[in-house]
Amino acid sequence: MTSNPASVVSARNLGLTFETSDGPVNALTGVNLDVAKGDFVSFIGPSGCGKTTFLRVIADLEKPTAGSITVNGMTPEEARRHRAYGYVFQTAALYPWRTIEKNIALPLEIMGYSRDEQRARIERTLELVNLSGFGKKYPWQLSGGMQQRASIARALAFDADLLLMDEPFGALDEIVRDHLNEQLLKLWARTDKTICFVTHSIPEAVYLSTRIVVMSPRPGRVTDVIESTLPKERPLGIRETPEFLEIAHRVREGLRAGHSYDE
Amino acid sequence: MRQDSFLKDKLLPISTVVILLIAIWYVATVFLNAPFERDTAARAGTEIAFSDLLKNTMAQERPVLPAPHQVIAEIWDTTANKAITSKRSLVYHAWITLSATLFGFGIGAALGILLAVGIVHNRAMDRSLMPWVIASQTIPILAIAPMIIVVLNAIGIAGLLPKALISTYLSFFPVVVGMVKGLRSPETIQLDLMHTYNASPAQTFWKLRWPSSMPYLFTSLKVAVAISLVGAIVGELPTGAVAGLGARLLAGSYYGQTVQIWAALFMAAALAAVLVMIVGLAHSAVLKRMGARP
Repeated sequence: MTSNPASVVSARNLGLTFETSDGPVNALTGVNLDVAKGDFVSFIGPSGCGKTTFLRVIADLEKPTAGSITVNGMTPEEARRHRAYGYVFQTAALYPWRTIEKNIALPLEIMGYSRDEQRARIERTLELVNLSGFGKKYPWQLSGGMQQRASIARALAFDADLLLMDEPFGALDEIVRDHLNEQLLKLWARTDKTICFVTHSIPEAVYLSTRIVVMSPRPGRVTDVIESTLPKERPLGIRETPEFLEIAHRVREGLRAGHSYDE
Repeated sequence: MRQDSFLKDKLLPISTVVILLIAIWYVATVFLNAPFERDTAARAGTEIAFSDLLKNTMAQERPVLPAPHQVIAEIWDTTANKAITSKRSLVYHAWITLSATLFGFGIGAALGILLAVGIVHNRAMDRSLMPWVIASQTIPILAIAPMIIVVLNAIGIAGLLPKALISTYLSFFPVVVGMVKGLRSPETIQLDLMHTYNASPAQTFWKLRWPSSMPYLFTSLKVAVAISLVGAIVGELPTGAVAGLGARLLAGSYYGQTVQIWAALFMAAALAAVLVMIVGLAHSAVLKRMGARP
């Protein structure tokens, strides 16, 4: 069984073992997964299940110790060199000495875009995340939710078809999070990106995803992959429908099957 | 947030301490200089009245401790009443010391930054250099300063450079330590971000490490500029006391001119205060440009 080059992300028997002072820790074992173009894939599971580690392997921030993985048909390192993805971290990680527009310009400067091109892209991405008019502000002048939106704009500014998001709304309150989830879906529909999204919230995963990857810890592995039957158009109210609750129930069952509620 | 009032929050506490110190100083002046007056009176076979004792202790030519107004008069006399090109002018001597200080501080800051960049980017330099950097500061500057002067003189280098090098020797240290910490201050997440952009080491340095290190740089520069001045003064002591504040201190102690010593000391302190203040202003100007929260 080899990786499927047509997939955006394709993992075969992927494993990663961290060598720690307490002995080896199996962060990931035997992960097989294909992410197709245009998918919105959520990774859900309790802490220690390897969901963030898997995202970091895709991004070439961690090296796998077993199996194989391709990103856009290349190794993660080649994909990173080709700037194949934008990464959104748990915190906004904006540089405090740069204004919002300068923060968005950061990847563009590094990748050598012209000044005019930078300006056009900053304007477009600010508009995408509803931050037009905030370009000249410094990060500390913005709320946490706005900062995280700015960091999403930064990840969208260059031409990467893949967006990797590691619990981007985890630190925000639920009202802001609902709002950002709705915006993220609209953005996904408008930009045609492939999104890998790590979360530990069941409603968030079900609301956003076309596929939900349920993971469990010790060792970190995939226990279930659930295809969402929800339509692509999803108002917030969809979360009250029986269909939504049915999928949420399956996710919960999947998490329970992984014994993740024990101890 | 409450706006600090200059009068209440700055002037009042500072002037209270100053007035208290001056009062203690006057009392100490009387006590320390009184034995000389009593001896003089005893040799003349007379008794000295307390009011005369009080007056005389504050007007001695070579007091153990000069009174504040004597020092101020000396400073005024040697700054305002002398041409600044005159060898009797304190401004002339202060300039000699200041030029060596600034020269040495410049080299020291540059050297410190370069070493820190090397240490942060190169494992071998980190392992091999850092212990030597720390060891360099365990040698007393008073012991090594004459050696530097003598060795450099032997190879024909005299004047400003040897003194400046002693300033450098002292001032590079806080800059290395501060900048190593500063250049390592970016969070993992910020470095990961650069990694995902496939940024080159140079881009990571200029766009992340360098701006992150600015607060650390200026904090260590404040320490560095003050000890640069100490280095320059120490460097002037073994040169045969030709010129500079160090020379004034040495000449003063040769001839028991305590008033002159104290005047030079105050000049050095004022110089240090101004230098630290200038670095402080540069610090806030840079942070303001970098969009720091006011």
